[in-house]
Order: sequence, then structure tokens, then C-alpha cells
Amino acid sequence: MTPWIEKQRYIIDFTISSLLRRKVKNIGLLTLYTLIVFILASTMFFTHSIKKEAAIILQGSPEIVVQKIIAGRHDLFPISYIDSIKSIRGIANVETRLWGYYYDSLVGANYTLLSPPDNSGTTQLSGKTTAVETDPDDAEALAATKPLFEYNGALLEPGTLIIGNGVSRMRNISKGDYMPFMAADGQIMNLKVSGTLSSSSELVSSDLILITDEDFRKLFGIAPQFVTDAIVTVKNPNEVSMVAGKIKKRLLDSRPIIRDEILRTYDSIFNWRGGMMIVIFSAAVLAFVIFAWDKASGLSAGERREIGILKAVGWETSDVIQMKFWEGAMISLTAFFTGVILAYIHVFFAGSPVFEPALKGWSSLYPNFALTPFINAEQITTLFFLTVVPYTVATIVPTWRAATIDPDSAMRQTGE
Amino acid sequence: MILHPTVIANLLAAYISSFMVAYATYYGAQILKHWNIESGDEIQLTLERKTYLISTLLSYVFGLQLLSLFLYIFTADAMGPLFVGAMCAAGTLNVNGFGYPTLVFKILNFILAGLWLVLNHADNQGYDYPLIKKKYVLLALIAPFIVLEALLESAYFLGMEANVITSCCGSMFSEEKVTGLGSEIASLPARPMMWIFYGGMVFTLANGLYFYLKNKGGYLYAGLSLVMFVISLVSIVSFISLYIYELPTHHCPFCIIMEDYHYIGYLLYILLFGAVVSGIGIGALMPFRGIPSLESLLNSFIRKLALTSVLLYAVFTAFVTYEIIFSSLVINYEVVY
Repeated sequence: MTPWIEKQRYIIDFTISSLLRRKVKNIGLLTLYTLIVFILASTMFFTHSIKKEAAIILQGSPEIVVQKIIAGRHDLFPISYIDSIKSIRGIANVETRLWGYYYDSLVGANYTLLSPPDNSGTTQLSGKTTAVETDPDDAEALAATKPLFEYNGALLEPGTLIIGNGVSRMRNISKGDYMPFMAADGQIMNLKVSGTLSSSSELVSSDLILITDEDFRKLFGIAPQFVTDAIVTVKNPNEVSMVAGKIKKRLLDSRPIIRDEILRTYDSIFNWRGGMMIVIFSAAVLAFVIFAWDKASGLSAGERREIGILKAVGWETSDVIQMKFWEGAMISLTAFFTGVILAYIHVFFAGSPVFEPALKGWSSLYPNFALTPFINAEQITTLFFLTVVPYTVATIVPTWRAATIDPDSAMRQTGE
Repeated sequence: MILHPTVIANLLAAYISSFMVAYATYYGAQILKHWNIESGDEIQLTLERKTYLISTLLSYVFGLQLLSLFLYIFTADAMGPLFVGAMCAAGTLNVNGFGYPTLVFKILNFILAGLWLVLNHADNQGYDYPLIKKKYVLLALIAPFIVLEALLESAYFLGMEANVITSCCGSMFSEEKVTGLGSEIASLPARPMMWIFYGGMVFTLANGLYFYLKNKGGYLYAGLSLVMFVISLVSIVSFISLYIYELPTHHCPFCIIMEDYHYIGYLLYILLFGAVVSGIGIGALMPFRGIPSLESLLNSFIRKLALTSVLLYAVFTAFVTYEIIFSSLVINYEVVY
């Protein structure tokens, strides 16, 4: 084994010095290669961590959301429906929600208005099944029941609002300021901002405004017997789809949406976006492969002579192929790791300024948030397959061609 | 189709390897037709040069094949959440009829490609290319399989539709449902299976060592190593996975490659694949020991292969034993469902 390793070491030594002799050409190739890896890696890191973020957030969302549908469109949900849902076995709790969007013509943005659920903790569970108590030592269970947004002690009472950071930034208002709204009947409602939401949850709460039940109904003119939709808590995850089926059977005009379906859909959407970007960038990869092919086959006179001399002094074809293999491996690995590290910095520390608009979606009220760094072996392997493998394949034939040059012809041509 | 970056990577790898193999086979066929070592013709010279290209190409294909086998399982694992009822690769591969056949072909092609490389290495030892025709006949046999694999894989990924209800690994490899190959293997009782595994392994290792020392019984060892490969795969489903998961009901052979189990599956499978390729390689090389230009070199190469195979199997067994001994799971009696 040792002689084999020694031999490879000498070949690598030789290759490095030969690469360094042609700095300009190789640095050009390396830069382009790194750029390609960087672009693909950024796309993948970004989509993956945003997927992860969405999954973490949705963990705390209700198991089933029930909407009322009229003519295929989402309609207001009559409170009277609740009783018929409650009587289904397996349901721990049913709550109603009041939420909607408000278009602010002043800044051209849509706000999400929500009348927060009663978080006092004294609410009686209304379903037929008693809920399982959360174990305070179980970190995972606690994370799942943690509320999505926190309003740092601010008190929400009629006539006041609690606003998300995005709203606060956009309107340049904060605690104590007033915010005017145009109600459904044409009247102007002036509501006082009594606090802002914590910034740790900005991905969900950037455009959020919390408002009381009363003010919400007044603002949008919603009658007290209606709510926006209902959320159903089912404690046994195996029963969720069964319960959803029963709701659909009892309330024919309802649409139960299961959390897993939302998760799957988000997953698919971000996979699709990431895949789309990669398909677009595949043109760039192809261009790069052609470039690599060209670089590898267009040997300069000096390189031809070098290979000719090597063969004349006793190198075999397989040795030259091995040398070229190490050359490719060194360039590939350098470019690959540099690209991945740069992409990591770009996405997780710099906030991916290049791809954010394309991958995050469109909105005039962007949340400001730092993505949690998250990479795994799958991403790295995929990236490897998308960049290093095409490069390697493109250089095999030119490498072989270079390695089979006859020493005499190589030296004679350059001697002219 | 699901436009997942990893799916794109998988398909790219499959197309690249079929393209490279097809290219190599084309020149392989020319070699089969025109090869004549005695001749100093220009065509012979060109062909001799081409052999370097083909062996380089195929070493890459072989490497790619190994990587893509794991990437494939990885992809299937990662897509679990996209399908109702699928929790890991076992469920995702069942999304349509092409998932498992692709996996079988991937394993088969990996072994075949490995065999080819063994043959190639032996051929390069002799000065007069003694095995060249056999080598390219084998290549012509492998090529359709690799192309078929690429086709099956495309059919699998392109025919995928999220949300199809599939069975998850909990139900397919569980004892309750006794139909399908997965359940048949899982329902093999763990205790007797353990005896078979350890008994077979001891016999195989002893045989391998005997061959290594005494140079007798090479074919037997080649056969045994293949049999042992199958037994080991069955054992992973039947009892080894139980000890790794520490769950008497979870038989999935794919979850062991996941992060939660410290990627132990990769190690086990790589050891196993290495062992079977070098083991069968012995059988493939045995008939050529009489060739004059290889006589002196081939015997030592075969013995090296035997030693490699025996060592890999031994390390595999050591890891399995370690997992079983240090697992919190104790199977004291047969669980009857």
C-alpha cells in the first residue's frame, strides 16, 4: 500500500507545481467554477432553510382549520356550526377565529388583522375528549404549544392595537401613536398603538396587527353570529384525517384543512421554486461544462510539450491520466468548498440579497428575519452531483486525448 | 413530477452514467471486432489507446454508481413528508411501481460494475491484454442494465405525484401484514435468523481464510460470499435493524442510514457491498489463472481479494455484534402477534 500512496503523493506534488505555473488560466477556471457552485448552493441553502422555518412555524398551528365555502370561495363561518363540530368524538377543542386583510392605500400594503384568541389559560376545553396535559419537561411538546407571537406585556383593549415590526417600520409609528383605519361604513376609526410584537417571530408577525373582537367587527362590518373560520384541536394525530372527514360529512359546505396538508404544500412549493431556479441555472452549468471541456481539450503548446516530455522520460498513459485526475480533483474540491462556504455566508449572514426576491415571493411588506443556518449531507451531495460530476465527465475525454499524445509528435510540433 | 433539486441530481447522474456506458460499449464492440494484439495496424494502435479511455470512464461510472445508490435512497427518504402515509424511503419507493425495481437494479449494477473493475485490474497486470475480449463481453452485458436502470429511475421520478397514499415503513415491514416480500422477510423470526447469520458468517469467514492460506476452494468462497450478502441483507431487515432502532417492531432497512442512527447504515452497506464485490471477483478470476502472462500475478491478486472480502465481512459482523450487544433492546422471547 505504501508505495502506491507515495506514488500518488509525488504525482500530486507535481500537479500542484504544474498548476501554479499556469496561474492565470487556472484562476479563471477556478473563479467561474466557484461562482457556479456559489449560485446553486445559495439557492439550495435558501429554499431549504425557509422550508425548515415554515415547518417549525406550522408546528404550532392548529391541526384542522375549518372554513365555510360558497361557490368555491371562502365565506364567513356561522358560529352555529361550532356545536355540530364539537359533538364529534376525538375533538379536544374548537375555537373560532376572526382575521382578515386590510389594504392600506397610504403605503400600498396589505396588513393581516387578527383578533387574538383568549390566551388567559382559563378557557374550558369544549370538545368531547379531554386534552392531554403538556409535560413541562418535554421541550418538543412545549415548542409545539408555544404561541406564535408574543406581545411583550402590552394590554389589548378596545380602541387599541398591537402591531408587528413590519407595520411599525413602514408607517414609522410605535407605542402611543394613533393609526387611522377606514371602516366598512365609511367612518374613520382612530386606534391607538399599545405595543409591538416581538421581533423573534417576524416571519409570521411582520405584517400582523392584533385588534380586539369588537373593533374588528366594527371595522369590517361583520355580524356577531359570524367568524372567519374555526380551528379544531385533535389530540391524537392518528385521528386527524378521520375527524376532518367527519366534519366534511356533517357540514357539507365546509372545507377542513389539515395541518399536514399545509406542510406538504409548503414543502412542494419551495421544492418547486428551488427546482425551478436550478433548471434556470442549468443553462449556466451547461455553459460552464462547455467552458471546462474547451479548457481541458485546448492544450497550450507548453502543456503538450510537458506531457510529451513526461512520456518520453517514462511516464505511462495511465500516469498522465492519474495526474490529470488529481488536477481535476484539486480544482473541483477547491471550487466546491469555496463556493459552499461563500454561499453559506451569503445566505445565513448576509441575508441572501441576490435571491431573496425571487425565492421568497412577492409582497410590499417584507419581514426582516435571519434564517437559521441549516445544512445537511443531502444538500451537499446534491450540490456535488450538480456541479462536480458534470465537470468531471466533461474533462474525461480531453484528458484521455492529452494523455495519449505521442511524445515525439508533441515535442516536434512545439519545436517549430 | 416533483421538481426537487435532489431529484434533478439523481436523474442527471443516471443519464450521465448511461451515456458514458453506452459510449464505452460502442468502443468495446469495436475492440471485440478488430482486436488483434499481434498486428501493428493503425486501428490496433487506436484501440489500445481507447482501452485507457474506457477503463477511466468505467471507473468514474463505478464511483458514480455507488454515490447514486445512496443518493437515491437519500432522496426517497427526504421526500417522505410529501406523501401521505410515507415516513421514510420504504414508503416513498412504493409510490409507484418503479421505485423498488430501480433500487434492485442499482444494487445489481453496482456489483456488476465492481466485477468489471476487478477484471479490468487483472487484465492490466498482464502485458498482452489477456482478458480483453472477456472484459468487453461483460461490459456489453452490463450496459443494457445500466440504461434500463436510468429508464426505470426516470419513470419513477417522473411518475411521482405528491399526496398519493402509500404505505409507510411501519406497515410494510411489519409482521401484521404477511404479504409482499418486505413482510415475508420481516416475519422471519429473529432468533433462528441470528443463528443462520452468525453460523453462515463463521463458515464463510473460515472458508475465506482457508482459501487465503491454502489456496483451495476459491469457487466455494465466491459462492458463499454471494449467499452471505443476501443473508446479511435479509438479516438487516429481520433482526439487525431491531437492535439499531431498539424497537421490536421496526424492521425498516432504510431508516438506519438516517442521521438519527448516526448514519450507521452507510457504513454497514458499504462494508457489505465491498465484501461481495471482492468475493465474487475471486470466482470471476479463478478460470484465468492458467494464462501464462498472468500466472505469477493473478494468484496474489486473488488472494488479496479474498483477504479484503474476509476483512470487510469480519468488520461488518463486528459492527453488527457491537450494535446488538450495546443496544438497549433485549429479545428474550419470540414476540407473537
